[in-house]
Amino acid sequence: MRDIALSTSSDQRTTATNRRVWQVTQRALGYMAMIAVILIIGIPVAWVLSGALKTNREIFSTTPQLLPLNPNFDNFGKAWRAAPFDRFYLNSFITTLLGAGAEIIMAVTTAYALVFVRFPKRDWVFVLLLLALMVPEEVVLVPNYLTIAGWRMVNTYPGIVLPGASIAFGTFLLRQYFRTLPLELIDAARVDGAGHLRTLLSVVVPVAAPAVATTALLSITAKWNEYLWPLLITTTEDMRTLPVGISRLLDQEGNTEWGVVMAATLFVIVPVMLIFLYAQRFVVDGIAAGAVKG
Amino acid sequence: MLLNRLVRIARRDWREWLVFAAFVGPNLLLFGIFTYYPLVQNGALAFSNYNLITRSGQFIGLRNFETVFGSTQFSKILANTFVFTTVSVLLLLALGLMVALLLNQKLRGRNVARSILFSPTILAGAAIAIVWIYIFDPRFGFIYAILRPLGIPSPKWLTDPAWAMPAIIIVYVWKNLGYATVIFIAGLQAIPRELYEAARVDGAGALDRFWHVTLPGLSPVMFFLVVTTILSSFQAFDIINIMTKGGPVNATNTLIFHLYELFFVQSSAGRAAVVAWLLFILMVVVTLLQVRYLERRVNYA
Repeated sequence: MRDIALSTSSDQRTTATNRRVWQVTQRALGYMAMIAVILIIGIPVAWVLSGALKTNREIFSTTPQLLPLNPNFDNFGKAWRAAPFDRFYLNSFITTLLGAGAEIIMAVTTAYALVFVRFPKRDWVFVLLLLALMVPEEVVLVPNYLTIAGWRMVNTYPGIVLPGASIAFGTFLLRQYFRTLPLELIDAARVDGAGHLRTLLSVVVPVAAPAVATTALLSITAKWNEYLWPLLITTTEDMRTLPVGISRLLDQEGNTEWGVVMAATLFVIVPVMLIFLYAQRFVVDGIAAGAVKG
Repeated sequence: MLLNRLVRIARRDWREWLVFAAFVGPNLLLFGIFTYYPLVQNGALAFSNYNLITRSGQFIGLRNFETVFGSTQFSKILANTFVFTTVSVLLLLALGLMVALLLNQKLRGRNVARSILFSPTILAGAAIAIVWIYIFDPRFGFIYAILRPLGIPSPKWLTDPAWAMPAIIIVYVWKNLGYATVIFIAGLQAIPRELYEAARVDGAGALDRFWHVTLPGLSPVMFFLVVTTILSSFQAFDIINIMTKGGPVNATNTLIFHLYELFFVQSSAGRAAVVAWLLFILMVVVTLLQVRYLERRVNYA
């Protein structure tokens, strides 16, 4: 009797210790993964920064070092003068503002109408938008180029912005969100005599601010980073956007001035990085929620 | 009385419809012009020899299809697209799941790590491609700098046909790993705790719990990831155009790059339209698979 009692309690002890050991190992692995993640992302970023701060002599040395020996900011000035970056910035700002602005406004109004405005066969309109979600811009590239060329809008801001100004995914996200809002809220505003536009602006948008912000951020980064369409539709240096402009700094013969080019890529990356640092929880949680809730 | 009321209701409806049209109209109109109509136009272009420079074309039957599908490089392009998509998707799923499992515990700074990992997803593909050309540079790049002290020569990543595709895949996976991880972490957190406790009470070990609770619980999220990753890998253009221009010797030429090449290098709208159709059909098939799967889930749930 005593023996049995003893053996079970020691068994329990070993399973308890085992579990403890397992938990500690698991946590240690977790921290190792965190370090690995930070290195995997951090090393290329460090390489860009150090490249931008290095002199040509260090960059083209036969024994390249990770850190610059005497960091200096000359490359940034050289990069700024190597291409019309003031124009690239201006073009990127204008096209992002117009493109993302149109997308956000239309996503909000369309989603509102689909949820709160009475219209026969409203769901058919929704299906029509869902179908558009299945057509990526690459597939309709050729006809859209011909349309824009036919309207004589090649190499203009409307030409860059128009084909991508409509929005299906953001409309879909906002519609799902608006449907969760309590109807009494909207009815109360309507009874008070508010028209649809007032209800939208002073009731729905403030209440749905997080969802609208997520949509806006996704839209803004997508427009800022867009490459293929602006590459096709712009023909002169002074109409290029930043992503298209910097790729032209690469030397086709392979004699690229890496310090200058790394400084130039920072021109593109830093604004988006700053927005992301400020709003990362929004963006990351928003995207995750979209996947889980379907 | 009644008539008055009816008129009033009709007028109110009329006003609602106007608001609806004003709110939805611009979006739908743009979709009509730049999404639906182009699909039809693509169909017509595929059967014509429309030339970008002369801006004219005639009906030429199936000639574009014969030229595109019959070209010697086409099977290479299909194979490249398949390899790029499959390897990228598998790597993203495996690595994403691994990192998500390890990060999904109560760790200090876990959210910071998650955001760091996610950051390449929101950066311009063009900028990332340029950065990686420098990293891969066989004379001055980071990989060369690491390998040199070890006495290992750096591969000529982007100019060697054997290494170009792996290089492109590395960059693509690097850029999108954070996305896969974030989705997996969300999926892990949506699995009810009670399932794990029940499994533990039943005496299931850590590995059993992984196979019988975690993996089945993750399957919807995993399916979502497979579909979205396949679709976005079909559209990976910026990285390829900047890093390799489809080369060397077509080693990284994929359908999307071929479409661009046919249109803007060869000025053949018709042949580009054929490739656009093929790409579209592939994408619709992948999307329909997702719809079918989601329906099944709803039915059996």
